[in-house]
Amino acid sequence: MASYYFAIVGVTDNPIYETEIIPSSRSSRDDHKHLNQFIVHAALDVVEEVQWNTQAMFLKSIDRFNEYFVSCFVTAGNVKLMLLHDQKSEDSIKNFFNEVYEQYIKVLLNPFYEKNSLITNGQFDQKVKASARRYL
Amino acid sequence: MDSSLRSTNTTTSSSYSDQRIPRGKSILDRNLNKTRGAEVSLGAQAFLFSEILQYTQKRVNGIQDLEQKLNELGYRAGIRMLELLSWREKASKRETRVLGVLYFIHNVVWKYLFGKQADSLEKSTENEDEYMISDNEPILSRYISVPKELSQLNCNAYIAGIVEACLDGYQFPARVTAHTVPIDGFPQRTTILIKLDKDVLQREEQWK
Repeated sequence: MASYYFAIVGVTDNPIYETEIIPSSRSSRDDHKHLNQFIVHAALDVVEEVQWNTQAMFLKSIDRFNEYFVSCFVTAGNVKLMLLHDQKSEDSIKNFFNEVYEQYIKVLLNPFYEKNSLITNGQFDQKVKASARRYL
Repeated sequence: MDSSLRSTNTTTSSSYSDQRIPRGKSILDRNLNKTRGAEVSLGAQAFLFSEILQYTQKRVNGIQDLEQKLNELGYRAGIRMLELLSWREKASKRETRVLGVLYFIHNVVWKYLFGKQADSLEKSTENEDEYMISDNEPILSRYISVPKELSQLNCNAYIAGIVEACLDGYQFPARVTAHTVPIDGFPQRTTILIKLDKDVLQREEQWK
């Protein structure tokens, strides 16, 4: 099972939600965690270029860094769901994104939740991790 | 709704595992299509909106301020409407051109709000960056009678806020205002005037 880093980035390039899915067999490599953030941040530029060329929400694999791929899903409100992965499996990633997108809309519909603010909902976190286990 | 509120109130640390996760249905389990097609009674809506107006009127000085406040309230509703309607209408498709967004507002948003499409979508001949969406009989302000001193006020500034949120979300920032433009047979006709930012026009130029 491969490791993944998933982040939801707001309109002003601020992280709204982050999570890592690391297989238990591999020891947690703390020294590389910040690198994930850098890679995703750099990929945001590419997203901004590519998003105008297509009307799809799922922009497949838009960037590469050494052995990592970055896939992106842009929502209607320009919030980006970014996934850092080292294996290509488009369909399962697409399903994962769709499920997270649905949960994100439900969180957004809360009138007490400001768009672009951090998502601190524990159940959202649980749902994302459950989707990740199912699809990734 | 209650269960998700409780779970966020009991946490003091930022780690998710410390939160007490209650069992039972939460808002995240609810289907997004559950309230599709649901309607609200006009009386209830008119009552709520009149209270909103009275509330904001006490806290502003001037017509511009009042319209600005209504615009902000509509903006907050519009953000959520945009994502929800996009998802319901055609999941995984977004609009990337001005005309597409305007059609989205003209058809989908209006249908969701008022049960019918907007009455017209026009492009201004004088300015490149102005578009107008008109409604012959705006339901929101049907029971509002505006006194003579405030004749410039149009309470559909709330709707203008919703439209502005949809445009902003799709990355077409604009200034949106509501104006009363009566014509024969429709004294209450309201036009939502959309003035797009310069960057948007520049971007559109690239795609021509």
